[in-house]
Order: sequence, then structure tokens, then C-alpha cells
Amino acid sequence: MKLFQSDKLIGLSLERLEDERFLTGKGQYVADLDEPGMLHAAIVRSTVAHGRIVRLGLDAARALPGIHAIVTAADIQQPIPTIPLRLVPLPEFEPYRQPVIASAKVRYVGEPIAVVVADSRALAEDAIDLVEIEIESLPPVGDRDVDAGGSFLFEETGTNVALRYHATSGDPNGAFVAAEYTRKEMFQIQRHTAAPMETRGLLARWDESGQTLKLFGAAKVPYFNRRALARMMDLPETSLELIEVDVGGGFGVRGEFYPEDFLIPFVARQLGRPVSWIEDRREHLMATNHSREVGATVEIACTRDGKITGLRGEVFGDMGAYIRTNGGVVPTAAGMFLQGPYRIANVDVTVLALMTNKTPVGTYRGPGRFEANFFRERLFDMAAADLEIDPAEFRRINLIREDELPYSIGKRAPHLPEAIYDTGDYHAAFERCLKEIDWQGKAALQGRLVDGRYQGVGIASFVESGGAGPKETSRFVLEKDGSVTIAVGSSLLGQGLETTFSQIAGDALNLPVSALRIDHGSTARLSDGLGSYHGRSIIVGGSAVLDGAEKFRTAVIEVAANLLGRPNSELRFENGLVASETGGSISLAQIAASRRPEEGLLAVDGIFLVNKPTYSYGTHAAHVAVDPDTGRVEVLDYIAVEDVGRAINPMIVSGQAIGALVQGLGGVFLDHLIYDDQCQLLTASFVDYLMPTATDFPSLRNIALELRLSPTNPLGAKSAGEGGMVPVAAAIGNAVGAALKSLGAQPRTLPLSPSRVWSLIHERG
Amino acid sequence: MKLPDLDYIRPQTLTEAIDVLVAYDGEAKLIAGGQSLMPMLAFRLLSPKILIDISRLPGLDQIEVTPGGVRLGALATWRDIERHAELKIAHPLLAAAISHIAHYQIRNRGTVGGSLAHCDPASEFPALVTTCNADVVIVGLEGERIVKGAEFVLGAMTTGLAPDEIITQIRFPAWPKARRWGFEEFARRRGDFAMAAAAVFYDLDSAHRVVNPHIGVIGEADRAIRLKQVEDLLAGQEVDRQLAAKARTMGEQTAQPSDDIHAPANYRKALIGVLIERALAASAGIQLSTVAT
Amino acid sequence: MSKKIDISLTVNGERYVHAADTRTTFADFLRNDLRLTGTHIGCEQGVCGACTVLVDGEAVRSCLMLAPQADGASVVTIEGLCEPDGELGVLQRAFRKHHALQCGFCTPGILTTAHALLTQEPDADEDRIRDVLSGNICRCTGYITIVQAILEAREGYRERSRSTAMK
Repeated sequence: MKLFQSDKLIGLSLERLEDERFLTGKGQYVADLDEPGMLHAAIVRSTVAHGRIVRLGLDAARALPGIHAIVTAADIQQPIPTIPLRLVPLPEFEPYRQPVIASAKVRYVGEPIAVVVADSRALAEDAIDLVEIEIESLPPVGDRDVDAGGSFLFEETGTNVALRYHATSGDPNGAFVAAEYTRKEMFQIQRHTAAPMETRGLLARWDESGQTLKLFGAAKVPYFNRRALARMMDLPETSLELIEVDVGGGFGVRGEFYPEDFLIPFVARQLGRPVSWIEDRREHLMATNHSREVGATVEIACTRDGKITGLRGEVFGDMGAYIRTNGGVVPTAAGMFLQGPYRIANVDVTVLALMTNKTPVGTYRGPGRFEANFFRERLFDMAAADLEIDPAEFRRINLIREDELPYSIGKRAPHLPEAIYDTGDYHAAFERCLKEIDWQGKAALQGRLVDGRYQGVGIASFVESGGAGPKETSRFVLEKDGSVTIAVGSSLLGQGLETTFSQIAGDALNLPVSALRIDHGSTARLSDGLGSYHGRSIIVGGSAVLDGAEKFRTAVIEVAANLLGRPNSELRFENGLVASETGGSISLAQIAASRRPEEGLLAVDGIFLVNKPTYSYGTHAAHVAVDPDTGRVEVLDYIAVEDVGRAINPMIVSGQAIGALVQGLGGVFLDHLIYDDQCQLLTASFVDYLMPTATDFPSLRNIALELRLSPTNPLGAKSAGEGGMVPVAAAIGNAVGAALKSLGAQPRTLPLSPSRVWSLIHERG
Repeated sequence: MKLPDLDYIRPQTLTEAIDVLVAYDGEAKLIAGGQSLMPMLAFRLLSPKILIDISRLPGLDQIEVTPGGVRLGALATWRDIERHAELKIAHPLLAAAISHIAHYQIRNRGTVGGSLAHCDPASEFPALVTTCNADVVIVGLEGERIVKGAEFVLGAMTTGLAPDEIITQIRFPAWPKARRWGFEEFARRRGDFAMAAAAVFYDLDSAHRVVNPHIGVIGEADRAIRLKQVEDLLAGQEVDRQLAAKARTMGEQTAQPSDDIHAPANYRKALIGVLIERALAASAGIQLSTVAT
Repeated sequence: MSKKIDISLTVNGERYVHAADTRTTFADFLRNDLRLTGTHIGCEQGVCGACTVLVDGEAVRSCLMLAPQADGASVVTIEGLCEPDGELGVLQRAFRKHHALQCGFCTPGILTTAHALLTQEPDADEDRIRDVLSGNICRCTGYITIVQAILEAREGYRERSRSTAMK
């Protein structure tokens, strides 16, 4: 892979181009859009976790003035469309797919039962208050032992275990039999979610004469969604335009295909009026993907001097009531990343996907990794303590060395290809982190009571994959005024792609960013694309921009050659001019002006194909103080070190790292979606679902390294959007464990809320 | 989460406001700052027919520091209190407790009367009204009456306010300069509702022993209450580390909080004990080997 | 039951007389009736701070105000924070410089809050800034760059307050 070398813009911490509109209130988010004749939708949602719908009484609601329609399953084509799987569509998941609206059964609190369309959202909510719903309750399934109660979410399957598989490398049984030391532990992460500041929203506009649909509010994977929606609506893909406007954060949960992504276009088409649906926060917490509820029993085998010889794990993912677009990625990734950046020849992982009567689960930043790193790194610290080996030394012994890369961890699932860690100097990142946290200097503080609080330092190393294939696309268009518009298949969710893509294209074309405009808006601009997830936007999207730029350069020179009457070999494209060695030049504006009307604008397509991910890696360290009287944990210092390969814009990389880190700390201490034993969601508002605020974690630092380039893409970039989050639970868990060592209190379960930490200390045994 | 269907009126006088309350016979709700009421309306936990906006009624937002004690007009906001130069000295416990309330934007609008009428069990202000046994001045159809704070705060979201009545002023008893006090609160994050809190004050006799002890606690019950047994423990004693530790144990033993999603009962009990100890230690300038909660 | 009441108010220096529905929040009024969509709604329950605007100089959560309660008020929203000549103000420039925003959704509420704070307390220290910001939730940045930006913007507000004092 030839590395793209030019670094005039790449590597600069340019101020972001998108900021101007956000700073002046001129961003256009989907709730800001207004269409003449627009109506407003609200969703009637189940308040029962598991049951059969007996009766819906809609008369009183329909009679309310200002109500235009109330749509239920009876009004939608049969069979009711089900949401397709986007990632890893295994046949085992088929029976568990979600119908876009509940008809016979409801399976989670929040499941859509009807859509009300009214003159205003307030009136629609008034109508919902008048809807009578009779549901015959069925026993809810909420615990890990999902089949024990004999209550099945999908009776025809006879089980709530949607998937179970097994993957092995080497000879784990042999390793454990022969082991000098083993330890087995159980760990559990709590259910939580991304909770972006903007809730979901859609605005659908149906044109009856053209039989076309415009849908605003798309994000993340608009091309997949368009394909799915076209099938459901029985329309050609080209009749649908999915438009991404400004988006208030994604983190994985926004943009996947949800029931509303069919329901709102459906009602817009039925009524022949534009329909807007803006999710409110209460709905959001019960309707948008949950994540992270993964537990595991993990076992380690070592020699007495700390060399890991085997790792075994059984990983359980609570999937909620349906398998939606992300399939089984969450528990699958937890199984896949269990090994981490360590040399372990004998690994055995079993993964189970469990169906429960809770909100369906999807991917949230660093899916499965946040969980897996906690399971593994906690177990490592426990083993190190038993073997009386310093935790850092334990990592040193087992961390993969550069001369062992590329390192294959085999197939971590029957349906996945072999996973191979590519480039890196894991030890360098590790040692840098230890130096920054002053591991040596703080050794004396470990477990000490200082001013009434126990102090501890914990570390955790990780690998993180990014840049999933198979491709991404771009399209370069020379506008009439000589500026260049670049349409991209990537999705803009707040991660600064308008700026970083401009930096890449600007370097490739030797143009200033002011001459470029990034257009991510619409599926109509590009025939196909994939989107933003799995840290792929720079790696795959940026490489597609690079490819498009290079093709654009070639095309421009070709046209200029004709216009100047000079051979291509004599021409150079620099500073917006195509100039000949022998004199004579032509500008982009002039080239644009030379186009004949029937030719249209000069446009060139770029593409980048990739068939394997690349791996970033690093180490985090946390220094905490635990108040044994209240259970409060203060993060005194936190260092996040990650090798991102190449940072297109270091300031943006740092923003991603710190943002991910704080979200991760929320996941450790605060964020928690709590269900009662009837599978009722108890945390359906921001008063109960807690997230970090400005006073919670002031002492954090990140260091982004550019040690080793990725071999998979010409930018040499590894992913940078999720690494900041994935080892956070592990590092903090280890720090708290170190602090409370003398009390024998070892974190195994999250969140580390004050009451749980207190309980760990005072209620052991 | 749009508001339910409701009307709005902004009366010019207290009498007009009362007349509307009476006319709507329990189906009207007063709104001042709206910081507690508006979320309840957004969640449709209430459906009043009309909101009576009393936020601009003249003369009800005054803060008076008198020899007889501090008087807060019902429409005084947290911000007004924060900015009042003398209040910190005139009633340091009040000032300290109020500094924990909510956030910047809410403090600009939230009123003392609104907080007291709303009466959330985890709220700092009703807890102070109870612990200090402030006088609550109320005006209704029958005229003005005064109720003692401890009798006014009845339970979760429940006060002694009749449907036709409006709180106009809260009068805190005079605060002796030499009085000892401490206020300790534990919340998940800055500005969150208290998971537990302890408001402690007492005076000292000539032998430096406790008289008139008050221990008010948030988190024990459906409203802030005084822990009599802990107060009895303190009476007549010198406050030192040992007494503070005993008070902690007594507080933990006598408290009977219930479970909720943020804290199981046994944790809250322990927390109440800890906060009592810390508040006592702060009151006497004793250094426990702890840091601020 | 609800009805329309005419209210008059000044927003970003411009006078409006507009009918407000008695059941509408001030946030929805600004966004839907006045079409000032820069103020965002994140929770509708007064927790996240995205809807913060200045009413008579004080930062308030517009989702916790009824539209009729804004009658007679002088309001500043995100759209009113630029300099008179339309250029970005000192706070906005500091935010851009420090990468104190990513998706931009919480940004209007944070800018108006910071503007209110620095106008009243141009010497606010980091603790005070964090304390005030604790009422605004951001999911993208982790707050560190926001605090840095506000610290840097103080000098501009000090100058402003010095020059106002001199008038």
C-alpha cells in the first residue's frame, strides 16, 4: 500500500469549518426543518413488557380535533415488514427480527403500537392519552436464565437463546489441565446507552405525482436504510432520497433502521402531507438502542511466573426483545476482543445472545470492547495479585511484541474471518502510559489510606479495530465558479469530517480548504456508499476522498491538456492552476467555464475498497481515591494513550479521545438503564439516567501517538473515534481494586456507583 | 413531552390570584419560577385546567434581615439569596444549604415559596424549614395565617397548604451569632437532589456543652425529619470526635430509610450516620481524617 | 382550554409582538413561532441545559418557562451572540480555537450560559466555570476544551466590562 505523503494540511490542527454555523445558531438539525402543510407524529408505545394485544380503543382519540390519522398494524400491508439485519445476518436471528409495528404481541416497554398524526405534537400527545390499550400480560423475561421460566418471547422458537456459538484457538483444554495456576471469575456490565444530546427525528415528504419520497433525519448508514425502506415500501431505490442534515451526535445508536424509519414515511405517503416526528427524551430512553448489558465467566491459566497459557470465556449478551440491524455484534465483539493485545495461544470463547423483554440492543461506541477489556484486565490484576507479580510486569510478560506482528488470533466466531493484528509497538504505548501516570512513583500509594480515602492506580491495555470494509465512495464535482464539491458516502455526526476530508482533499489537490466543500447530505449525490461506524470514516471514507482527488487531478489535467493543446506529461496541477512547463496555464474556473452545456459539470468518482480492518492500540491508566464511608470514587488523574497511526487533525483526534473517555467514565460510574422485575424501565428521564457533567471528571489527559502506520489504507490511519472509550472500565476497575486491596474488595460488576462501592467494602461475603 | 391542554392567567394582586384558585376549585395550579412544576406538566403527572402566574406579584420577593430573624418573601429566588450580602452572616446554615440547590439557570428562576409548596423529600429548602421550624406565612380566602414549618411539611409532595392558599413569606427564627452549625450533603453529581443530607445546629452553654440541639436529616423518610434520639445524645455534652462518632452510630441505627433505585436502605442508613458525623465535626472545627463529600 | 395570548418581547434587539399559546413552552415559542431554531431542546424537563437563553440578563432554561411568562422580557438567544457587525464574538472564537464543540447540539445552551456568566463575573475561575457549566450536559467533548475556551474568553469580557464602566 503506497502511503500518501503530502502533509501541508494533513497533520494540522485546523479550526473546524463546520463550527461557524454551530456557533451562530445556524445549524440545521431535523427538528429545525419546517415544510408547508407539515403534520406532527407521536408514537403510541407499549407500557407492558410482554403481552398479547387484546384490544385497541381508538375512537375517542380519533375524535379529538386536529387528529388526522391513527395508524396501527391493521392499516399496514401484510405481512408487516420486519427490520433487516445489517451486520452479520445469521440465519439464527431470523425469527427474532422486529416488525415495524406491534400487531399480536408486545415484547418491550416502548414498542410501537400505533402512530398518531396531528396538527401539532401536543395534540398528538393528547390523543395518545385517550387511546385505550388492553394487553393480556405474559410473564416477562428479564434475568440471564432466560429459558428457566418457560416464557418465550417468540413461542415458535421455544427458546430465548437466539444464538450460541463457540470458537477455539490452539488447545485450551490441554492448557488448563496442565496449568500451574488458574482462576475463574464472573463479571457483569450494566445496561446503558449513548444518549446523544439530540434525540432521533425524521421528516418525510411524499410526492404523489412523482411517487418519490424525501426523508430528512438520516445518519450513519443512509444507503443501507434506503435500500431497506425501498423494499418495505415496494419502490425502486432511486425513488427514495435519504438526506442527512446536521446531526447531534451518533455514537452508534443513531441512524440504524428503527420502526419509525418505516412508520413515518408510511404515514406521510398515506396522508399526502409532510410528517415530522421528533423523539422526546422519555421515548428516547426506551426506544433508541440500549447496549453494554454483557456478562461473562472468564478463566485464565498461567505459569507460576506469570506467562498466560490459556484463556476461556463464556460471554452472555442481553439483546433485549428483538435482534435489530446490528445483529449479534455486541456479544460477538465481546468474545472477539476478550484476548486483547496479549500473546495467548490457547483460547476458547462461547458466546450467547439472550432475548429479554427489554429495549432492543445495538452498538454503542466500542461495542463489546468496553465489556471485554473490563473482563480480561480485571482478571489479569487478580491473577497478578495471586502470583505476587506487579500488574505492570504481568502485562509486560504477555503483551505482544512488535516482532510478533502481524499476530493472528484466529477466527473468534464461526461466521467471522480470521482476525490479524497488523502494525504497532504495543510496549512503547504501554511504557509511555506508565511514565505519564508515574507508575513507579505511585507504587507507594497503592492501597494506602490518605486523608481518609484509599488510593489506587490501575492500568489496562487494549486493541481496537477500525475501518471495516468493503468500501466507501466519493464524488468530486467541479462547480461553475471553479470550486470543488466533494460528495461523500460517510456520515457526519459531529466528528469533524467536513474539516478532515477537506484537509485530505486539499493536500491531494494542492488546494486551500476554502476552495472545497464537503457534501454529505444526500443519497442522491452518490449512487452508493456505506457510512460512518466502526471508526471507518477517515480510514475508508478518507481514502475514498483521496482516490477521488487523485482521479479528479487526472481528469483536470486531461481536460486542460485538450484546452491548452499540450501533452499531459508537460502539465502540473498546483495552486488551482494547470500549468505547462513551456508556459500557458488554465484555472479551474476557466476549465469549468469551458464545459459545453450538454457535458454538464466535470464529475469524477472515487472509491476505496478494503477487506480487513486495521488495529489501533494503547494503554490507559487511572489514579483514584475511594471514600470508604460514602463509596464515592474520585478520579485524581487519568491518562489515555493510543496509537492512531496518523492524525489528520490532532485537535479533532484529541476531542474524540477525551469525549470518548468521559462517556466511558459515565459508563463506569453513572449511566445505568434500570429495569424492575416486571421489565419496566425505571430510568426513563435525565433525572434518573445520569451522565457526566463538567464537575465530575476534570483531571484527564490523552496522548495520541503516531508510532506505526496502518498497512490497509494510503493514509496510514488507524481508527481514532472509539479507542478512548474501550479500556476505561478496565482501567478504573483495576484502580479501584488496587485501592481497596487491603479490604479484599474487588470490583466485578458495574456501575461503580457510591452505593455499590460501599457495598463492596462493607457487605462482603 | 408537550404540556397538557391548559389556560393561563396572570393576576395583578394576591387577592385576584386567590379568587382564581377558589373559582377553579382545585383544578388550578400556581406557577412562579416553574422549575419544579414545569417538568411535572411535561410528564403529564398533573393536568390543571389553568396556571396562575404569580411570579410578578409585587412585594413578595423581599429578603429582610431583622433582629427577629431572616424573612424570605415567597418569590425570592435562590439567586437573590446568593447575592444578598448579609444573609451569609445572618443565617449561615440557610446560606450553606441553599448553595447546594440545583444549577445556575434554575437558581435564577426557582423560588423559596415554590420549593416549599412543591415539597420534594430530597429538597434542601423544605428540610431547612422543618429543621429550623420556620414560620410559614400563608394567605387564603380566610385571610392570613402562620404555620410552624415542622407542621407545614407533611410528607412527600404534601404540605398543609389548602387549595385556596398561597405562601407569602417564610420567617426563620433569630440566629444567635455564637450558634454552631454544620451542613453536609451527599449527591451523585453537583446540583443533583440529595441522596442524604444532615443539617445540624446547636448552642453552647457557659460550660461549653450542647443545648438546643437540632439534627435535621434528608433521606430518612418521605420528608426531612429531626432525629430526636441523636439530639438527645448530644444534649448536655461537649462536642468532640468521640461524640461525633457516637452520633454517627446512633444516626445509622435509628434511621429507617427505604430503598430506591439510587440507594438501598442499608447504604442510606450508613450515609446518614456519616453525614451527621461530618456535620458535627464541621460545626466544632474538628478534623476528621476525611475530605469534603 | 388553552388559548392564544398576545405577548410582546425583545429578542436579540428586535421587537416582537406575537400570539403565544398558553400551553407552549418558551423554548417551543422561540423555535416554532419566532423560527429562531438555534435554541435546542434536549430533554424538555430542565436537566440538560441545551435550551438555555438569557431573559433580562439571566440565563434560564427556556423549556421550563411558559411562553406567556416571557411577555415584556428582553431576551438574548444564540442568534444574538455575534458582534454587531456580524462577526463571531470573543466567546465563539475561543470555542472554535479550542475545539469546544463537536456535534454542536448543546453548544447554544453552553454559549448563552457562558456569556451570562462572563458578563456578570469576568474573573470567574476554573472551579466557578465548571460549577456553572454543571447544569449543561455535553455528550461529545468531555468538557475540558469548553472550560479552556471560556477561560480564554474572560479577557475579552474584562475589556468589555472595563469599557462599559468607563462610559
